[in-house]
Amino acid sequence: MRIDFTVNGRPQEADDVWEGESLLYVLRERLGLPGSKNACEQGECGSCTVRLDGVPVCSCLVAAGQVQGREVVTVEGLADFARERACGTGACGTSLDEAKGWQAQGTDSQTGEGTELSPIQQAFIDAGAVQCGFCTPGLLVAADEMLERNPNPSDADIREALSGNLCRCTGYEKIMDAVRLAAARQSEGV
Amino acid sequence: MDFLRPASWEEALAAKAEHPAAVPIAGGTDVMVEINFDHRRPEYLMDLNRIGDLEEWEVGEESVRLGASVPYSKIMEHLRAELPGLALASHTVASPQIRNRGGVGGNLGTASPAGDAHPALLAAGAEVEAESVRGTRRIPIDAFYTGVKRNALAPDELIRAVHIKKADGPQQYSKVGTRNAMVIAVCAFGLALHPETRTVRTGIGSAAPTPIRAQAAEEFLNAALEEGGFWDNGKIVTPSVAKQFADLCAAACNPIDDVRGTASYRRHAVGVMARRTLTWTWESYRGAHRTTEGAA
Repeated sequence: MRIDFTVNGRPQEADDVWEGESLLYVLRERLGLPGSKNACEQGECGSCTVRLDGVPVCSCLVAAGQVQGREVVTVEGLADFARERACGTGACGTSLDEAKGWQAQGTDSQTGEGTELSPIQQAFIDAGAVQCGFCTPGLLVAADEMLERNPNPSDADIREALSGNLCRCTGYEKIMDAVRLAAARQSEGV
Repeated sequence: MDFLRPASWEEALAAKAEHPAAVPIAGGTDVMVEINFDHRRPEYLMDLNRIGDLEEWEVGEESVRLGASVPYSKIMEHLRAELPGLALASHTVASPQIRNRGGVGGNLGTASPAGDAHPALLAAGAEVEAESVRGTRRIPIDAFYTGVKRNALAPDELIRAVHIKKADGPQQYSKVGTRNAMVIAVCAFGLALHPETRTVRTGIGSAAPTPIRAQAAEEFLNAALEEGGFWDNGKIVTPSVAKQFADLCAAACNPIDDVRGTASYRRHAVGVMARRTLTWTWESYRGAHRTTEGAA
């Protein structure tokens, strides 16, 4: 069957989708967006977390046919998504000098390489919250959504919001640091 | 496999009548796992996400009509006052991602003895609104679970909503697992005090082939509370009464040994949860009782 939906703000279509296929499979194997990771396929690990109409879900548990006409944000679109959200609050715009100095860099790949990072992504790097990196995309999407809802989370709020994302490397402490850092930067408007 | 996308409830009923083997999918948190692992290859998959009223709820005089696909996260957020037991149970479901998709309709459809909502529904009192092209009926929750992963639905029926009695007293929910998040219950216990009728109702999960009530325990406790005038005097429940209640709850179980726990552990844990939830709810009832007296 054919699925038309929006991914990271762009209309996408996937053809010859099998009826039992998951959204995760469509994203990774048909749309070339391998950021969302495939691990447990049963909603245990959270590494495939995406936003479906704004709501964080495990994309392995969404049937592809269910996303027809709906909006999906993956980790590849997180930076743009965060920027647009910030714009909504009036904190953006391109200065004249910036616009004049703009030139095509040839790095506008679909996987988001070479684009600016979202605040939560930068915080993960700065806090050393990335080790093997497999769980990172899911954690980024989940953490970003929490900070959108709850700009000043307590440690318990962070743990609760990230309780559906497993990490086997970090022991979670650096991840906690990263989310606290992103929250602090967000509240300072950095 | 065919993917059916009914745009309305009527279309869904018609499709289910035409293809009784069609598997409804809403949150997908059960169905997709089975498909991903090749445990199930339904001939037809029927998406219910397009039917908006399944995600709505209405708070009535006596009960809440909860649409089958209202996700657990909404129950936690909006129905904590009306359905405290179910809200607590919802909070123990898996993780935020799963709670954003899964709902009570799916829990009932799967009818796993370990489903988190069941003990809360049994304790509160509920009816399942099942519908087919033949008409609508309300199935009392006590008669809904018919076996391991079996329920009273006819092949052409779909769950439209659940009517759950609004709390008229304190309710509690307790669940045993290896950690707080992402846990299938080793066993679970729901308890609701119903001061209006001076009764207590229970629900036990994962400790019998189906979710069950501990009816002998309820009858014992109802009689003991009445006899001692506890509903009026607001005294603490006598430890011997609490112990007897716990023992009867444990005796109501018919558990098995499996990877999550042994039968004897489950029986023991249900007894402990029964005693604890009785203490918690009764303390809360006494607190409210004292407040009313103080204010009068």
